[in-house]
Amino acid sequence: MQRFLCPFCGERDETEFHFGAEAGRHRPEPADRVDADAWYRYLHAQAAPRGPAREVWVHLSCGEFFLMERDTVTREVLGSSALPGREP
Amino acid sequence: MTDRYSAWRLLREGVRSAPTWQPAWRKQTAPDSHYDAVVVGGGGHGLATAYYLAKNHGMRRVALVEKGWLGGGNTGRNTTAVRSNYFFPESVALYDLALRLYEGLSDELNYNVMLSQRGMLIAAHTPMQMEICTRIANAMRLNGVDGDLMTRGQALKRLPLLNRTADARYHCQGGIWQGRAGVARHDAVAWGYARAASALGVDIIENCTVTGLDVTDGAVSGVQTTRGAIRTERVGIAAAGATPGLAALVDVALPIHTYALQAFVSEPVKPCLDTVLLYLGTGTYVSQSDKGELVFGGGLDRVPTHGQRGNLPVQQVVVSGLLEMFPTFAQLKLLRQWAGVVDVVPDSSPIIGPVGPRGLFINCGWGTGGFKAIPAGGWLLAHLLATGEHHAISRPFDLDRFTTGRLIDEAAGSGIAH
Repeated sequence: MQRFLCPFCGERDETEFHFGAEAGRHRPEPADRVDADAWYRYLHAQAAPRGPAREVWVHLSCGEFFLMERDTVTREVLGSSALPGREP
Repeated sequence: MTDRYSAWRLLREGVRSAPTWQPAWRKQTAPDSHYDAVVVGGGGHGLATAYYLAKNHGMRRVALVEKGWLGGGNTGRNTTAVRSNYFFPESVALYDLALRLYEGLSDELNYNVMLSQRGMLIAAHTPMQMEICTRIANAMRLNGVDGDLMTRGQALKRLPLLNRTADARYHCQGGIWQGRAGVARHDAVAWGYARAASALGVDIIENCTVTGLDVTDGAVSGVQTTRGAIRTERVGIAAAGATPGLAALVDVALPIHTYALQAFVSEPVKPCLDTVLLYLGTGTYVSQSDKGELVFGGGLDRVPTHGQRGNLPVQQVVVSGLLEMFPTFAQLKLLRQWAGVVDVVPDSSPIIGPVGPRGLFINCGWGTGGFKAIPAGGWLLAHLLATGEHHAISRPFDLDRFTTGRLIDEAAGSGIAH
């Protein structure tokens, strides 16, 4: 069982967490003038990096989304922090 | 290399003091400087692609490069089930092409892939699930493949050890039966394709990692590898979990998340399970290998990863699912557990088609179900590489479905999670 670090609750079992998205995605605006290709890049295109990754996760127990840095090969957690404006 | 395997040959070599068996495929250690096509990935899909390029399209100057050893990725890490019990016509066309090719594969390759069409049951445990099973069985029949609805009585007759006690959590109600489904020997599929491709002149280069893709005027012009540069105008990528990294070499981002998928093998026991069972209630599926081991697995790990090992929470879910279905298996020792890195796509269907610069084609996104599709994946990627055009069966699986919105959502259609 791996332990992840919620910035609000501390270290918890991995089963309490859910992967949200790769970090750094911004919804293209204005929506009615976004072409299909830009929607593809926003909705679907992934880097799926091998090694260090920045991701948005949610701690299901407290409901907070936060940033986590991990190594996707070794599974080592490199750090986690609250999203901007959501500091605990 | 043109050795023909037969019962007579086996007998002759068996009584010889110095047997004359040759290696099954030529071990090429360095690539030539130029090929008509390069296939990246020495798993089942890549090897099948190389074979069909030579066999169906007469291409002889073909190289296959593999960063590790043949069949060392997901081809050697799966649970060997083959089936075509899907919902959408596009999917059934694809997976049934694979199953039909599997049915003739041992003869075609002169290599026994040990296809055993012992049938597969997708078992339901509620009236609602039986309704869904009815819908899928009807869809399969409309799509022209063998799908039947099995009653509780028929299922229990086929699976005598299934938990039917009063305190069972999931009481089997029956389910969907596909009689042509079954298992095949996964290593033999890789080795058989490698041997047949090699006999047709394909160069198979192991321990050769692709480090770059050369692009000239918007078209592929070569491949950089750890064993030197190769000039070529056509490159096919069939590399499962390694695909996002290869596509990134030409600045293409694919709709792929990578997850570990675990599988398990028990100690071998006498024959006690003569079909493939997937239980909707537990999410665990199981078959018995010809050697007697119970081979089983379940859902994906929940943490995206490139590490080829599983995590404990999913192990617990899968193993407890097996014991819920078959309490008597609690006596067995677990022999091995392993994981492969699978490429999961939002609509649970593969991606086959051109990508990025001209001359570059991918075959990926099979998620948890790539093994069953190997012959079709190879057939279709070879068609793309040789002709530059889609085969009618691969067209719906082009990457463009994520911009047009014409998705083939098998997770919603047939409840298949990958």
